[in-house]
Amino acid sequence: MLDQREVSFNELRHLVSERAIEGETMLLNMGPQHPSTHGVLRLLLELDSEIVVNCFPDIGFLHTGIEKNMEVKSYEKAAVMTDRLDYLNNLGNNLVYCMAIEKLAELDVPPRAQAIRVILTELQRIASHLVWLGTHTLDLAAISVFWYTFREREMIIDINEMVSGQRMMTTFFRPGGLWRDVPVEFEDAVRQFISIFPKRIKEYEGMLSENPLFLERTKDIGILTSEDAINWGVTGPSLRAIGVPHDLRKIEPYSGYEQYEFDVPTHTDGDTYARYLVRMEEMRQALRIVQQALDNLPYGPVRSSNRKFVPPPRSELGTSMEAVIHHFKLWTEGFDMPEGSVYVAAESPRGVLGVFLESDGGPNPYRVHWRTPSFDNLQVLPVLAKGHLVADLVALIGTTDFVLGDIDR
Amino acid sequence: MNEELQPAVTALKERFDARAEEFRGQTTLFLPSDRIVEACQTLHDDFGFDFLEVETAVDYWPKQNPRFHIVYQLYSIQKQLRIGLRVPISGQTPSLPSLTGLYANANWREREIWDMFGIHFEGHPDLRRILMPHDWEGHPLRKDYPLGYEEVQFSFNAEEIDQDKPYAKE
Amino acid sequence: MGIEQKAANLGFATMRLEQAVNWARTYAMWPMLFGLACCAIEMMAGQAAKHDMSRFGMELMRATPRQSDLMIISGRVTRKMAPVLRLLYDQMPEPKWVVSMGDCASCGGIFNNYAIVQGVDEIMPVDVYVAGCPPRPEALVHGILTLHEKVRGESLKTWA
Repeated sequence: MLDQREVSFNELRHLVSERAIEGETMLLNMGPQHPSTHGVLRLLLELDSEIVVNCFPDIGFLHTGIEKNMEVKSYEKAAVMTDRLDYLNNLGNNLVYCMAIEKLAELDVPPRAQAIRVILTELQRIASHLVWLGTHTLDLAAISVFWYTFREREMIIDINEMVSGQRMMTTFFRPGGLWRDVPVEFEDAVRQFISIFPKRIKEYEGMLSENPLFLERTKDIGILTSEDAINWGVTGPSLRAIGVPHDLRKIEPYSGYEQYEFDVPTHTDGDTYARYLVRMEEMRQALRIVQQALDNLPYGPVRSSNRKFVPPPRSELGTSMEAVIHHFKLWTEGFDMPEGSVYVAAESPRGVLGVFLESDGGPNPYRVHWRTPSFDNLQVLPVLAKGHLVADLVALIGTTDFVLGDIDR
Repeated sequence: MNEELQPAVTALKERFDARAEEFRGQTTLFLPSDRIVEACQTLHDDFGFDFLEVETAVDYWPKQNPRFHIVYQLYSIQKQLRIGLRVPISGQTPSLPSLTGLYANANWREREIWDMFGIHFEGHPDLRRILMPHDWEGHPLRKDYPLGYEEVQFSFNAEEIDQDKPYAKE
Repeated sequence: MGIEQKAANLGFATMRLEQAVNWARTYAMWPMLFGLACCAIEMMAGQAAKHDMSRFGMELMRATPRQSDLMIISGRVTRKMAPVLRLLYDQMPEPKWVVSMGDCASCGGIFNNYAIVQGVDEIMPVDVYVAGCPPRPEALVHGILTLHEKVRGESLKTWA
């Protein structure tokens, strides 16, 4: 395991152009440990002095075998692993997994649970975009934005901690609803966040949008046409920055999104600056959704009452024999799902996140496949990077906004 | 079934002898493995399914024969429709034609299926391992591949596990 | 008592060489920028404004192993990444310390399967283990302070 095998050049010969074999261009390894590749990604670059002729991403350094590991756990226990896939969008992954189980088992979700799911998912979207902004501008040497965005992110993480006890990997959404109801301080905390955040977005835009250095580094870098984007399977803000208004929250509304009014920001240029503008506007729209959901939060239960899938409350265990039997089955083996397969997709901050769930009637998922947006968004990087300088490649890696946990699973 | 999907389903049933199934409102068509590229070409050109969303495989060993099912989900951006395809393949030397000519993102997805399941794709420009190390043996997501579970150390068995576990000294 | 008093009156500060060396090493320990997965986000949050690790001497994170003293392994280590990790550890000049941050680096975490190294101490000697999934930035700071205490107790012969 620890011996290093020499990879012979012949194995990669078919990938590089003729100029590399003659020695005219240089092959450079932008290795797994690098400050600008966000995570462990290895890029093999073919350079003609400073210009990138071709780039070959080498992934798999974070492959955790989550899909195989979920096959040996019961459905509810496997939900713990879903947080760790796209580790900047924990609640979003939870949401898609729970939606897949609810669709396959035809489980109902009460409206209060749906509204709180929307609030927490949109706050998670804002947190993910804040990390994107901080690290992207950190690579472009606008370091002060990093400190500001992480300060805002701390407020969202504090809300997560208040609700579930954990800062990041909460596993708060369970099949049928939520794990438990939110405490009374939740509303005040979210309202406080809503009141201060719009000024902060203006602060970031004031630092970056008209900044000539930022414009120089992001305008006309990495232009993608819409035919290329759809052919390569690109989704999310990268697709919306070209002009295609593809947002699954509007097209196939889930979890009550049809009740809320919000816009889907698009732009026409398709370069790095357009993607930046689209994501900044998305943060504002997410805040709008949170405000509406919080104003119209209904009262009621937060988890389905279908006892085959949802454990009974502890008070019932003293009085009802059926409750004890349900509790026993759920705690020892887990719930049994009907046979069949479904595919459910939702909109994560990076694009279309989908779960293909296949069940054979037992308590463990038979096959779970995650259609992750970063997988396709990274595949298009060689197309974007041709002809650009190495410094532009750093900007492109930041703007593609991939997360290695998403890609390697 | 969505009515707008009906013409596509009928066309595939007539031309390619497909079998349609509907479950929880989602349509899936079963196709033979040698005609998958033509079927996808028809869907791409005539019915506007220009987006390959999912391409993965499921292993049914030892319960069913054919052993593998390749699952596709195609999406149409214009009409906002989704359709699923399934291709059953037997397990001895599984091989089927590649979709890289039609959809460019099938490239890495088919490399992942090769890596995880050992299914070969004809016509793929660059079929090598993508997620596992390049000299790894075996295909992890097959059902006869072990999980690789290591015994958990509790206080009662800590010493016996420690004897076999490799620890680096310096 | 006598000679120290005399030297102090003259304006000399006295200390054992071991203490001085360890004190210097503790207060300017530069970690290597090595974030693998989710724990890396908490490490970045630890470096950010709310829980500031530069108070403890870790002002910058050096991307190159040749200039760093501390390797904080934050995140899950896969079998593909393990040789790279060992190479980076070997490239660090002595004295060097390793903090294994998070459950996945300490013992394999929740992933007990073919792809994850069950504990990074299979590959390299670890000084401090920080538990949590992911550990809070305060927990990471506590781990760093524990490492500082350990370094202060080191003898001169450890790295000589």
